[in-house]
Amino acid sequence: MNRLNHRRLRVGLLAGLTAVGVALLVVGLWSGKTARAAGSAIVGDGLNYASPVEMLFSPDGARLFVLCQQSGEVRVLDASTYAPIKNIAVGRTPRGLSISARGDRLFVANSWDDTVSVIDTQSLDVTSTWAVGAEPSNVVEDREGKHLFVANRISNDIAVLDAKTGAEEKRLAGGRGASYITPSADGSRLYVTHVYPNTTPQLSAPESEITVIDTARAVVAERIPLRSIAHGFHVAISNDGRLGVAAGLHPKNLVPLAHLEHGGAFADTLTLFGADVGKPVEVPLDELERYAVRPFGVAIAPDKSRIYVTCGGSENVTVIDVQRLLRYVHTHSGPLAQDLAASANYVMGRIAVGRDPRGVVFSHDGQKLLVANRLDDTISVIDRRTNRVASTIPMAGPKQVSVLRKGEQTFYTSRYSFQGQMGCANCHIDSTFDGLTWDLEPDGFGRDVVDNRPIEAVRDTEPFKWNGGNPNLPTECGPRTEKYFWRAENFDDITLTDLVVYVRGLQARPNRWQQVDEHLTPGQERGRALFVRDVDKFGNAIPETNRCSFCHSGPRGTNQKSFDVGTGRATDNTGLLDTPQLTNIAITGPYLHDGSASTLEEIWTIFNLQDKHGRTNDLTKDELNDLIEYLRTR
Amino acid sequence: MMNFAWNKVALIVAGTLAMGALVHGAPPQMPRFRFENFTTANGLPDNHVFSVLVDGDRIWAGTENGLGVYENHQWKTYTTKDGLAHRAVLSLSLDKRTGDVWAATMGGLSRISGGRIDSYTQLNSGLSNDVVYGVSVEGENVWVATAAGGCRLDLHTNQWTLYNERNTPMFEIWVYGVTATPSKVYYAVWGSGILEYDQKKKTWDKYDDPDGETEMVLFKDQGLIHEITTSVSYVDNILWAATYFGDSRYDGRYWHNFLTKDSGLPSNFTNVVKGVDAKRAWFGTDKGLAYYDGVNWAVYRPSLTSGKPEMTVRDAQGAVTPVVVSTAPAHNYVLGIDFQGSDIWVATAKGLSHGIHQP
Repeated sequence: MNRLNHRRLRVGLLAGLTAVGVALLVVGLWSGKTARAAGSAIVGDGLNYASPVEMLFSPDGARLFVLCQQSGEVRVLDASTYAPIKNIAVGRTPRGLSISARGDRLFVANSWDDTVSVIDTQSLDVTSTWAVGAEPSNVVEDREGKHLFVANRISNDIAVLDAKTGAEEKRLAGGRGASYITPSADGSRLYVTHVYPNTTPQLSAPESEITVIDTARAVVAERIPLRSIAHGFHVAISNDGRLGVAAGLHPKNLVPLAHLEHGGAFADTLTLFGADVGKPVEVPLDELERYAVRPFGVAIAPDKSRIYVTCGGSENVTVIDVQRLLRYVHTHSGPLAQDLAASANYVMGRIAVGRDPRGVVFSHDGQKLLVANRLDDTISVIDRRTNRVASTIPMAGPKQVSVLRKGEQTFYTSRYSFQGQMGCANCHIDSTFDGLTWDLEPDGFGRDVVDNRPIEAVRDTEPFKWNGGNPNLPTECGPRTEKYFWRAENFDDITLTDLVVYVRGLQARPNRWQQVDEHLTPGQERGRALFVRDVDKFGNAIPETNRCSFCHSGPRGTNQKSFDVGTGRATDNTGLLDTPQLTNIAITGPYLHDGSASTLEEIWTIFNLQDKHGRTNDLTKDELNDLIEYLRTR
Repeated sequence: MMNFAWNKVALIVAGTLAMGALVHGAPPQMPRFRFENFTTANGLPDNHVFSVLVDGDRIWAGTENGLGVYENHQWKTYTTKDGLAHRAVLSLSLDKRTGDVWAATMGGLSRISGGRIDSYTQLNSGLSNDVVYGVSVEGENVWVATAAGGCRLDLHTNQWTLYNERNTPMFEIWVYGVTATPSKVYYAVWGSGILEYDQKKKTWDKYDDPDGETEMVLFKDQGLIHEITTSVSYVDNILWAATYFGDSRYDGRYWHNFLTKDSGLPSNFTNVVKGVDAKRAWFGTDKGLAYYDGVNWAVYRPSLTSGKPEMTVRDAQGAVTPVVVSTAPAHNYVLGIDFQGSDIWVATAKGLSHGIHQP
């Protein structure tokens, strides 16, 4: 508490001293395109950072391949000296990297290009670029070199490609936001996780899965349930194939955040599965004051003695003693995930690394562990004998830290929240959304439960919050976040400025329902006509406020005003609701202010009985389908 | 594999037929089965079985009270608690590429994939109606027959396309069955004949009873036997159609119709037809299971009078000969048929039957 008071005093003084200057600065930033702050090394945007996210070694251990997300490259380093060998340009926002069983080809999933780059590991050239599904996030070839499996985050599936030609043969249904693929030790199975929760009824716990694929038949063999997990990240499988470990985020979204002081926001957990544990079991990584925020990358030591987990928010690597973990699991029953006393039984260390650590890989001899620090442009090299960072390898690139970069670092860290429990990115996965409804306010259980709105292209959509209570992003990201989320520390004004600039600069991911030349299909065109119509099918004029295009006007699909659309509930604290933007509305369910509509269709088939959410009850089913097809293009 | 097995049966039958013809005009040898019947007594979810689907060694049974799957000699039941759209499962289709099973139910359409069930209803999706009578998966498309028209779900885009009186020559929208192939898609429309969709041309065509919606048959093979169609099957470029008033075979140019009075069909009231190839087909009627080999007919059922197992063979001349059997399908009211090699599985009103082919 003393530490907190001291910090508050320090921050308060700083805020007081800089208030006037920063206020002027903020005004300037809101109106300008280039972020620039005085008195620091921060400069404007446009700097092309590497942002390493994943790594792997060549089969002979001579080369280290580093996937750099922001620069859109695979950087090839000498595995001994880490000296650069070559930078290979790939597509936009690459997210996944793997190597063929024969070691002759690298595959890169370019998430914003919807392509896979194929790189010859000898010539280090891109030899092919194959079109795949929507937002490919990882790619793995089977052991026989017959099929390539691609996890598509937007289409929620795993595409099966001919590994020689890249021709797509089929798609397997995955979890929502399918993203990460890990082969079993013998290559007969693939374990696929997903970053958004599968659809569940309103006010019920989230559910996810590990989609297990039989590589020989290229079909889904089973689905390992991840109950209460909303966001799944990497999986690791032990070399003996008996232990699987999946990193996940377990939100406590139905408990008011007043309980943050009781560890009430998230549990950062691993789910163990396989012969070593029998039924899957979820174990926590958190301890009081030592949270392992957003576990992402997982590696099991070759001798199965340790598990290493990168934790993006807490900016460290959690080290687990496997024997002690298994002993604990076998001697304790019942739900363990929220037991903050559990992890002391098996977590043997937390190694501080860089900002937003992501991918993790062992060196060829297994003695070192490399961690990609996405927001530092560094790789931490951990000596496994000492569990200390032996060296930090800088990636070539800008040495200055831009406003955007600072803002992004602030967005992803958990250092500002009470006991470091969470960061902005906990609820905005990869700066998007989380597919959840939250009981945010300390106003009682089940009161004012709200859908978490996406923040892509959020600029110029103020006010914020469903009740429109926050007039601008500085309020939304500052006092509101500090009060309801962090409960420990406010941002100083410079930091808040950085954060706001970052959030304002977020672009929308490409819309996959728009045609290449942006023309509308006949169905979308019919839907657009319904969207803008001012007369219903009976010839009656539709009042202006009851036309889709009135409230959802402008480039973002909002007129930034509040309305009663007939969806209010007795448990709501407000009557009028801010008009949400329509950006990528196709993928951001659930819908309505309380997330009561699990699909776009339900907005009108279930929750618009009074025609207050647009005049729609005169439409036939196929006309409603057309309207939705149009909305998906927004 | 299935066709190979049935071809073997055909060769045996043809050979035996030829030999039989040389000796005293003996009745043609038709496939014989030993029927093993499943009911709730041995794990079936419900005895009212509407549909059956063979998925390798796994058998799916759509019943009035859940979806059963038989594997390793055990039944497992999926219900609405597991996410099934409705407990009454009317039709099943296998996506052979992915292994997913699609279930048409009285309350929506469900996909069973790796144990997970995703359900689509008229409220949560673009599905035209919750009463789903038929489903057929072809490539990336799921074709659906509902009480309010047909529809298609594009699995790549998740886009729904509805087919009804506004965009097809469908006069009624009560669609009972659908079969989809890479070249053609056929809808059996209750009261509106058969709707044909040409996948390449993307055009619709329609087949009606030339006698209109009556039970008269002025010219026997003039066209579709009746407007009230219940089931369609398209194999080897031959359309097999079932109606409540007889059945039809169409080769793209000529129709051939089957009625009890001039064929071995045990009843004109036919719930389901499933073609084996261009010549052979199985028919599920309210009075038994029937097999047509292109010339002769066989009927398998519990006797309509005694209830004892019965098999009869009708030759090309119309001579009917009983065959001594000790087993029969669980009931005469047959709603679903599928093949497992040379075996047959039959969904009936009082259980699911496995016809094990006897050499």
